[in-house]
Amino acid sequence: MVTIEFLGPIQKAPLTLEAASLREVAEALRTDGEMAQWLDSCAVAVNDTLVATLDTPLKNGDKVSLLPPVCGG
Amino acid sequence: MLELYDGALNVPEILTRWYAEESSNNYGAYIPFVGTVRAEDGIEGLSFDVYEPILKAWFEAWAAKAAPLGATLKMAHSRGDVMVHESSYIAAVFSPKRRVALETIEAFVEDFKASAPIWKYDLKNGERVYARDRSTPIEGSGILGGVS
Repeated sequence: MVTIEFLGPIQKAPLTLEAASLREVAEALRTDGEMAQWLDSCAVAVNDTLVATLDTPLKNGDKVSLLPPVCGG
Repeated sequence: MLELYDGALNVPEILTRWYAEESSNNYGAYIPFVGTVRAEDGIEGLSFDVYEPILKAWFEAWAAKAAPLGATLKMAHSRGDVMVHESSYIAAVFSPKRRVALETIEAFVEDFKASAPIWKYDLKNGERVYARDRSTPIEGSGILGGVS
């Protein structure tokens, strides 16, 4: 199982699901209507490191974080 | 050094303390940038969420990049509510000579705005509203939606 957490303004409780890669997480999230407005603008981190490809492998216990557009300062 | 505070920053205390910390390290330049909440669009203030693990890694990468230039970076940011005319952000560079400090502070603050995992909300009419139209997707965003 991997845990998906939604940061900042995404008002959504963490999810746990079976996924062997980020691609499988993307496929699951694309079926979630409330996530539609966020997927095109979120960065993704696996275990707190930003990743650039859906081919990123996942293993049991990994944490996937979705980071929506930022504005510090 | 990265410092996070609940609520507004105590700007005089932070700037004075950082000055004292580096005063005997032979730096010729100390350039702080202070971000203050302005009164505009009827807001009462701003509010911030911070994701500390990635912010810390981002800051440490910048500190490592500044070190070969002989520069030291410091940063302070607020969590939660910061009202109009209070300050939520301080970035500072110390370096032996001014040119490195001037160039580094600009690059550091600009990358902060584009990359630091911090989310801003307007406090208006008792509500906390995500400032989506002033926010920037982090580089590489969109993979889950198939954008990149």
